[in-house]
Amino acid sequence: MKKLMLAAAAFALTAGMGMAQTVRIATEGAYPPYNFINDQGQVAGFEVDLGNELCKRAELQCTWVKNDWDSIIPNLVSANYDAIMAAMSINEERKQVIAFTEDYLPPAPSSYVALEEGANLETGIVAVQTGTVQASHVADTQATMLEYPNIDQVFAAVRNGEADAAFGDHEVMRPFVEDSEDLIFVGEQVHLDEGIGIGVRQSDNELREKLNAAINAMKQDGSQNELIKKHFGEDAQTYE
Amino acid sequence: MFSYCTDPSALDGLAWLSCYLTTGNHMLFYASFGTVLLLLAITAPVALLFGFGGAMASRSRIAGVRWFGRIYTSMVRGVPDIIFFLFVPIALDQAFEWLRSRVYCDPSVPVRQGNEFIVCAAAKLPLSTSPEWVHQAYGIFLAVIAFAVVFGAFAANVLHGAMNAVPHAQLETAEAYGMSPRQVNRRILIPQMWTYALPGLANLWMILIKATPLLFVLGVEDIVYWARELGGAKTRAYAYPHPDWRLYYFLAILVFYLLMTWGSERFFDRIRARLSRGQATAAGEAMRKAAP
Repeated sequence: MKKLMLAAAAFALTAGMGMAQTVRIATEGAYPPYNFINDQGQVAGFEVDLGNELCKRAELQCTWVKNDWDSIIPNLVSANYDAIMAAMSINEERKQVIAFTEDYLPPAPSSYVALEEGANLETGIVAVQTGTVQASHVADTQATMLEYPNIDQVFAAVRNGEADAAFGDHEVMRPFVEDSEDLIFVGEQVHLDEGIGIGVRQSDNELREKLNAAINAMKQDGSQNELIKKHFGEDAQTYE
Repeated sequence: MFSYCTDPSALDGLAWLSCYLTTGNHMLFYASFGTVLLLLAITAPVALLFGFGGAMASRSRIAGVRWFGRIYTSMVRGVPDIIFFLFVPIALDQAFEWLRSRVYCDPSVPVRQGNEFIVCAAAKLPLSTSPEWVHQAYGIFLAVIAFAVVFGAFAANVLHGAMNAVPHAQLETAEAYGMSPRQVNRRILIPQMWTYALPGLANLWMILIKATPLLFVLGVEDIVYWARELGGAKTRAYAYPHPDWRLYYFLAILVFYLLMTWGSERFFDRIRARLSRGQATAAGEAMRKAAP
């Protein structure tokens, strides 16, 4: 056992010295069209295209990391990766723990989805993905909230009657609703966030500055809007 | 995979299915069965080693070593597995990075800054420049350690019991022949204890097989991860849209685990027969009588 421990320690200490920095970007990979795993088993989607473009402009070497949504902030803070691009809305609660770049998507609407028009949204049971801005919103209403680790299970809860309605990002829910024969949008859309930004560690000012510069450049030359339209359709909200 | 798979939306029936089941995604799913088998193949011997060390330690004549062995077996067995699986890899990872940061970084910079745990780039483990498979392998390495610590404690208890079950008269006879304690252990105690330890160890192996989905908790992409990922409803954003198929994927995993346990049962039956030969146990006695 002693030998094993020594071997482990030796392995840990000698596993190579660091060279050029690589920026590791985490994403959930289960939130189309923002980010998802494509048929080749690689991450794809709006954020992957955007992230690669930003890295090219900021002259950074980037790789993608898949990480579950509910542990995505703790793993950033303990430096398992350097940035989060996972449709993370900028809000006050998160700003206490991590820092955000400028928003790369304008504030997105959130919608309710249910099986029938008359679903009780005020005091009924509403399913959400855990740790999202939509979850904080439902927690503040009179409704009973059910939390699920991913968006798939949120819809499953509505379909099997555990929840009266689901509440989530409109763009994520739209393809599910359009594909299905039973789900419909109900109620009013809600605007919750200050837009979506890249999450970085609070101490990582250098990376934040570089990414901010790249985001602003893309917003100015119109390539940001093009990318948004490519992934979210012509009617998507864009920058002025 | 096949030449006709270029436009999946034009396919239907078996052709569609054959393309669907051979996407890059599914290849990774099939490969993850290998990950699980690899983890089992590495963890079982390492856990047995931990268990053997623990059992020997708790029989030691030196009080300090004995306490260490006893505390290890009773403490680890008392803590819920999932807490251990969440705690050990994170603690090990941070311990390694802290050690490396003392060597490669400026020691005056604290690792904990507010709520952040940061070491300099050179001390990262694995380095952020390493390819993805290194990160995966490192994750599996931490998982193996966590599994080995937990299952080692159970194995230690089983082996400790088995050592006590070896007839004491035999050990005393060996001593009377002038063997040293070390020789008694090696020649009499250890060869004889396996027959008593085997039922308990077989049991542990079954539990270990069933515990592998905990890999998913540790962020290793195992069969449970892929079943959930592939089975989830796919919208038109994907090349192969389909409704929620998780039931079928989990069914496939269920069959895999059942086959594993069935195979293990047969394997252990053979070993049990082999070890009972010539032993002064009920099974050994039955074999002696059955022999012509």
